[in-house]
Amino acid sequence: MAGNGKDGNVVVAAVKVAVDRYGASQDELIPILNEVNREIGYLPGEALDEISRLLRVPKSHLFSVASFYRMLSTKPHGKHVIQFCESAPCHVSGGREVWLALKEHLNIDDDQTTPDGKWTLLTTSCLGVCGVGPVMVIDDDIYGNVEPSQIPTILEKYH
Amino acid sequence: MKYYRSHVLVCVDPECLKKGAHEVMDAFQDELVAQGLIDEVQVLETSRIGGCDHGPELMVYPEGVHYSNLTPDDMPYLVEEHFLKGRPAQKFITEEKVFTDEELSAPTAKEIRVVLRNCGKIDPENIEDYIAEDGYQALGKVLTENTPEQVIDTVLNSGLKGRGGAGFPAGKKWQFCRASKETPKYVICNADEGDPGAFMNRRVLEGDPHSVIEGMIIAAYAIGSSQGYIYCRAEYPIAVKTLRIAINQARSMGLLGKNILGTGFDFDLEVRMGAGAFVCGEETALMASIEGNRGEPRPRPPFPAVKGLFAKPSNINNVETYANIPQIILRGAEWYSSMGTEKSKGTKTFALAGDVKHTGLIEIPFGLTLREIVFDVGGGIKDDKKFKAVQTGGPMGGCLPESYLDLPVDYEAITKAGSIMGSGGLVIMDEDTCMVDIARFFMDFTQDESCGKCTPCRVGTRRILEILERICAGKGQPEDIETLEYLSAQIRDDSLCGLGQGSPNPVVTTLKHFRDEYEAHIFEKRCPAKVCKALIRYEIVDGVCTGCTVCARNCPVGAISGERRQTHMIDPDVCVRCGICKQVCNFNAIVIN
Repeated sequence: MAGNGKDGNVVVAAVKVAVDRYGASQDELIPILNEVNREIGYLPGEALDEISRLLRVPKSHLFSVASFYRMLSTKPHGKHVIQFCESAPCHVSGGREVWLALKEHLNIDDDQTTPDGKWTLLTTSCLGVCGVGPVMVIDDDIYGNVEPSQIPTILEKYH
Repeated sequence: MKYYRSHVLVCVDPECLKKGAHEVMDAFQDELVAQGLIDEVQVLETSRIGGCDHGPELMVYPEGVHYSNLTPDDMPYLVEEHFLKGRPAQKFITEEKVFTDEELSAPTAKEIRVVLRNCGKIDPENIEDYIAEDGYQALGKVLTENTPEQVIDTVLNSGLKGRGGAGFPAGKKWQFCRASKETPKYVICNADEGDPGAFMNRRVLEGDPHSVIEGMIIAAYAIGSSQGYIYCRAEYPIAVKTLRIAINQARSMGLLGKNILGTGFDFDLEVRMGAGAFVCGEETALMASIEGNRGEPRPRPPFPAVKGLFAKPSNINNVETYANIPQIILRGAEWYSSMGTEKSKGTKTFALAGDVKHTGLIEIPFGLTLREIVFDVGGGIKDDKKFKAVQTGGPMGGCLPESYLDLPVDYEAITKAGSIMGSGGLVIMDEDTCMVDIARFFMDFTQDESCGKCTPCRVGTRRILEILERICAGKGQPEDIETLEYLSAQIRDDSLCGLGQGSPNPVVTTLKHFRDEYEAHIFEKRCPAKVCKALIRYEIVDGVCTGCTVCARNCPVGAISGERRQTHMIDPDVCVRCGICKQVCNFNAIVIN
């Protein structure tokens, strides 16, 4: 995961790995963007430049695709990303109180990063684990049956 | 191909071997020969069918009977009882293991499991488990015995409708695609199960991926395709992983790739992962996404069967539709169409969520009533509260009130009631749910997920959301209800795809069935369900409060004051209505007014 000013060489290398794996073709664009996004944490301008060059696809097209999908980000994220499920089953089982508690605790809103760069707060569409709602995901860890009062304890685990 | 009426799995783990598993197996086979049953029963060596504590053990399918503590001497009796007389030999049966599966519990009396039959029962990462459950037999049957036309006829006669939501007959879709002359043709599986609260497809992909793969290969044979794609949403990483393992195993066994089962038929499959866009569940948007574009829908016609992926004829069905196919082929169209209602045949999976006692997946024949689903299968409302509404069909569906509880659930009846079947999410809401808040909530979802192509959907959903937010904030205006109705009609009529056309449904149905709640918010500035924050106040009841100070210590904004052992007070101007105080109070002294 990286902040601002990611080393250009690292970005170019990550793009190369992804393009080599999937092939330099436009119908492989979304797998490529997904992989680079996962490696770097977001899609910096240098990555789009390099993908544009290798796939011979205009950068405008890349940006239009990258900005369309929720899981692709064109701006850097914090060290840990919290994704909160905003779907109906979580909502009716107490999700809204958890969401408010999260925003309150971190003092940021949806799609924002804390000033210290530690946390990014996002909403996600349904993760399909509705049996244990409300659900949130921190990095790759899923938390189910979350209650507002548990928020500080859960967040404490991350450094 | 040879058909067996029974498959017997004998555990050959070291522990069972030590206790004489091979001797039991030999005696068993000898006895089959002696009783003339050897051609009807297949005996396979396997592992892990139980704990090996009571070995040697064996499992008989399709019944799924588990015998243990066996000796070679028991075999004549066992074979005679079970395989000749057809009744389980009770004395060797061990208690069935109790599964504690939060998502998928043992079927209740009213359920029939077709699509979910293997989930939780077989190892999804081992193709042999699937094969032991008659897996890939349907494929073998169609490739060796049926013409593509016969396959399509079987699917047509079964009455199977597309389970993605619209309910278009699957056989017809295949027929159209077969009729398209252009090549190559593509078979696509829509695994972009985005409806909030619906996770039936995830469970099938994670629990029984081969049933989907087998269904797709059969579809490919029927329409004449050699390449397929499964488009799976990125929110389902485990499903993607399981699918990839399954595809590789199928390929290594010659069930995918060139010359499948030696019949000269070629077909291969690829998994494509989405990147988080709800609209990609719409078939034309999904294909745009596979092509590497923004997932925006396009007008139909041309339909995908004529011009689909890469502008070639494509057949697109969802996970559940494909998973039904092998069973329909094996057990026949008549068997399938014997379940369900006059126009909706077979079974449907649903995900029960919200305020129902047993959340999770169910599979029922069409025709059960909502009341049977909520109260018999779902066990009723949590904490014995009162049922208020059920939301069917996901965010583009509608909320149906108590008066619709006796509605038999099938495509036709649900549509007539003003909602949609959708992919099968059922969100059940109790008396504490504010219907205006629910409508606001769904609108927030659709306006966020609108791809932006059509103005009525892009702007209209935003305007509706603003009005609903205003109503929930206690600033509703008298003309708001009328404006909502006008906007809803415009968006429904003037949007291109199902997302736009269906987006006003939650508003339309809540306005129809719960109009009094809208009026209470707008004219009386009151939220009857005590949900909308601007319209409620938390108060501490004098006499019940013991002054324990727990609420004051937990209040994140310091809105609660009071001396120890004295009744506390909440300052409504400071209170943010987060509800933590009510949650932590041990004496139920905090009420909402």
